[in-house]
Amino acid sequence: MDNILAFGAASSQAGRVDALFVMIAVIGGFFFFLTQGLLIYFAVKYRRRQPDRDNETPAITGSPLLEFLWILIPSIVVVVIFYYGWRVYTDQRIPVAGATEVHVNARQWLYEVKYPDGRTAINEIRVPAGKSVKFILSASDVLHGFYLPDFRVKMDMIPGRVTTLWVQPDRPGSYQIFCTVYCGTGHSNMLARLIVMPQGEYGEWVEHAGREGGEGAEREPLAARGERILKSAGCLNCHAVDGKEKIGPNLRGLYGSKVPLEGGTIVTGDEEYLRESIVDPGAKVVKGYPNVMPTFKASIPPEDVKAVVEYLKTLK
Amino acid sequence: MSGHTDEHADPAVAFEAAKLGVWTFLATEVLLFGALFTAYTVFRMKYPEMFRVEHAKLDRVLGAANTVVLITSSLMVVLGVDAIKRGKARLLEAYFGATIFLASVFLCVKYIEWTKEFHHGNFPGTNLFFSLYFMLTGLHGIHVLFGMGVLSYVIVLSRRGRLSEAWYTPAEMSGLYWHFVDLVWIYLFPLLYLVG
Amino acid sequence: MTGIGQPETEGNGRGYLAERGWRSWAFTLDHKRVGAMYLWTTIFFFLVGGVFALLLRLELLSPQAKYFGNHAYNVFFTLHGSMMIFLFIIPAIPSGLGNFFIPLQLGARDVAFPRLNIASYWVFAAGFLVVIGSLVAPMDTGWTFYTPYSAKSAAAVTTLSLGIFLLGMSSILTGLNFIVTIHKLRAPGMTWHRMPLFLWSMYATSIIQVIATPVVGVTFLLLAAERVFGVGFFDPSKGGDPVLFQHFFWFYSHPVVYVMILPAMGIVSEVIPVFSRKPIFGYKAIAYSSMAIALGGFLVWGHHMFTSGMSPLANAIFSLMTFFVAVPTAVKVFNWTATLYRGSITFEAPMLYALTFIFLFIVGGLTGPFLGALATNVQLHDTYFVVAHFHYTMMGGTVMGFFAGLHYWFPKMTGRMLNEKVARAAWALIFVGFNVTFFTMFIVGVRGMPRRYAEYLPKFQLENVISTAGSAVLALGILVMCWNLLQGLRKGAPASANPWRALSLEWRAASPPATENFDEVPVVTEWPYGYGTPKA
Repeated sequence: MDNILAFGAASSQAGRVDALFVMIAVIGGFFFFLTQGLLIYFAVKYRRRQPDRDNETPAITGSPLLEFLWILIPSIVVVVIFYYGWRVYTDQRIPVAGATEVHVNARQWLYEVKYPDGRTAINEIRVPAGKSVKFILSASDVLHGFYLPDFRVKMDMIPGRVTTLWVQPDRPGSYQIFCTVYCGTGHSNMLARLIVMPQGEYGEWVEHAGREGGEGAEREPLAARGERILKSAGCLNCHAVDGKEKIGPNLRGLYGSKVPLEGGTIVTGDEEYLRESIVDPGAKVVKGYPNVMPTFKASIPPEDVKAVVEYLKTLK
Repeated sequence: MSGHTDEHADPAVAFEAAKLGVWTFLATEVLLFGALFTAYTVFRMKYPEMFRVEHAKLDRVLGAANTVVLITSSLMVVLGVDAIKRGKARLLEAYFGATIFLASVFLCVKYIEWTKEFHHGNFPGTNLFFSLYFMLTGLHGIHVLFGMGVLSYVIVLSRRGRLSEAWYTPAEMSGLYWHFVDLVWIYLFPLLYLVG
Repeated sequence: MTGIGQPETEGNGRGYLAERGWRSWAFTLDHKRVGAMYLWTTIFFFLVGGVFALLLRLELLSPQAKYFGNHAYNVFFTLHGSMMIFLFIIPAIPSGLGNFFIPLQLGARDVAFPRLNIASYWVFAAGFLVVIGSLVAPMDTGWTFYTPYSAKSAAAVTTLSLGIFLLGMSSILTGLNFIVTIHKLRAPGMTWHRMPLFLWSMYATSIIQVIATPVVGVTFLLLAAERVFGVGFFDPSKGGDPVLFQHFFWFYSHPVVYVMILPAMGIVSEVIPVFSRKPIFGYKAIAYSSMAIALGGFLVWGHHMFTSGMSPLANAIFSLMTFFVAVPTAVKVFNWTATLYRGSITFEAPMLYALTFIFLFIVGGLTGPFLGALATNVQLHDTYFVVAHFHYTMMGGTVMGFFAGLHYWFPKMTGRMLNEKVARAAWALIFVGFNVTFFTMFIVGVRGMPRRYAEYLPKFQLENVISTAGSAVLALGILVMCWNLLQGLRKGAPASANPWRALSLEWRAASPPATENFDEVPVVTEWPYGYGTPKA
């Protein structure tokens, strides 16, 4: 996937974009070598050899035929490129009946994913391979972007309106999602993944997720589960668990510490404080940090919040 | 500055230059208001009902009165420029003075209207219609103020005896500008007060 | 063939620079002094903006934002963009070199409205002071100021908006002055088709400035009003539309890239014939293509917004128009290249920069179709590919054209020659540094790295390290060039009135020109490109 020009498209649609790219590159390359070649050739060939002979140059002031040709030929070439680019684009935008729909809402600085059957997730979208997917995109604070480099597509996410994007994931795999419209301090940390699963595996996963955690999860230690949720819910986009500062406060050593708040009061970082800060982050804002964290009330169920708090307690 | 003359050797060229300059400036102004009119069009198409309901809250009588005031002021400017073309500087000053007076009447009425709107709780941030109303009339009001300054400057020039039937460029140019300010209002009035 | 090597006007040695004291500058009515003041100011901001660029490159050495952090990085790219665009690249050639040379090339004593001219400099100065004042809470919105982020940001966006409004006003006044000057103050015999091509390009530029700038002025007023009064044109919670801001913004900001590039194209059209001793090839095509670009440039703003949810039909129309605007630019490149054919070419610094302009602009131009075509635009939009593309056109194009103009007209402006060897060394560093810095961005862009990222995936690090290394070379080259310009200013050899033996009118004035340029109004009998021997 990571050869130098990134070819290795994740869908046939992306393959067509690559073909267009190559076509423009070939046409561009031809004109590149033609014009740069002539530029350099003329510059070398007609350099002044004797200092005083400059007035013996011919007084050529133009050539109607040549000029007509180099207006006509580029015009034809650009119309061809336009047409090809437009066709590929239009095919990308044709609504596909029966596509899997996924709602994605962006906010500073994460993606909230919601499936039609009510499942939710943060920063991770799972879809079955071989079936069209329709992303229904929105944003709740500022502009964001939804860029799938492996599929060669992107779409802006705009507060107050809905935009859509279709992809046809052919190959299972885990693909990068970038935010491409500048959205503030955490813009470059606003990453997510599109996980394309083989049909059967996807079906199993849907069933599994539908039974809320499943049996396997029950046996998982609470702190370990908390760590898993912390990573998948996008907390680490803004919070560090090592020595590093990110947008929000560092989480290591938070439990049991004295936390200075905006406004001067100091609270103890106990379980209730940690819980409240996940479901109602605006209630107690740590001094020196912007009040930008969204609530996770809807996206992390209470059981899971408990698990996250347990995990945080282990970070000493 | 020493040895540098501002006036061009040829007064005819200077007049032509000034005229082209003012027309170019007016082109800029058209685009300035054009952006706001575009916003108006976009939002009126999107929310026709809101425009119909909200515009009723404006005072049509005061708006119509102001239209008459501005049109009269434009007439004064025409008469003033005509006067100086016949070499009558005092008459020019009188007509331009009348224009400035009418302009201040216009602004007073505007002030009354805005105060009324504020009392009714309509502010620039209330809704899109009032955003447009206050931005458009505010920007226009600034132009009226600026125009009053320009006309006053022409009166000062005339008092100093700098204008005559041979050189009346500043009077004619300020007149052109004033007509533009008037014209903008003639568009604003129906668009804001008389939404169909 | 009059005038080659023989000045018709002997200067008093210091020309327009004779008078001393700050008042003689602050209240000057001399277009040359106004131009010089613009040049000093814009070059200063070019260097400041360059420092921010180097800070960006430094941060990007590592995939984690470990030197300055995310917020500082965002501030740096905003300031780099805003300063380079509003305080350097828009005013540098039109207001700086344009002010200086439009009247000289026309054979006029000054611009049409000298008082307006100095006033527009002071409006400009007020603008940049307000912009500097906004640094108390520095901007992190990007130079595009997209709403709703800019409407919500805690930074001093309102102050900056008003600063940019003032800069825009200055730009309008300058453009208006140039339009009238070119229409009304041409020397006797200077018909439109005897005008140097720099004047044609400045005329086209001025039209764009006058028509497009008021729209961005209103846009920034509305942004300020949204922050101060809660006006909701761009606020979705009030029924407004954030995308409307983008339409307004690009209605100005796309044409304005032609405000940046056209004057540079004008300079190249002047330099190429002089240093190849040949008439310009296809004068009319170059002149009219400037006008075509200026007018066509108004119809393509939507190509910045292909992924903003516009209807596919609107996207298709904007895409098609975009491709047509490419044609007149291609025509210019062909004509310049054809001018070289059978010339007698020498490679002084102005010519090196002019050729570099063509070379880099071809790269910038040929990467345009990738972004103009809809499907590839959707892939490459907002990636480093776009960053590379516009640096190739704006820096590789406009800035190289500006450097060509600075070196070409330096003897005329200062009365002194530059050290040619140092100038060529600086050019070599700039050429190499530029390509290393920016070509890698095409690659990393195609590989999917989004722009405006303080932190990036480790797989992109190699390209970023190479690019940063290139930027160091580029910066060194620019420093050497600036040092050379200052040395030339202080102790360069005295320049004759026409060291390059050029035919346009500015070279008939003394070096530096006297206050009112010409002792006698020149009379023009032929076009300014009469090099070469007819029917040789």
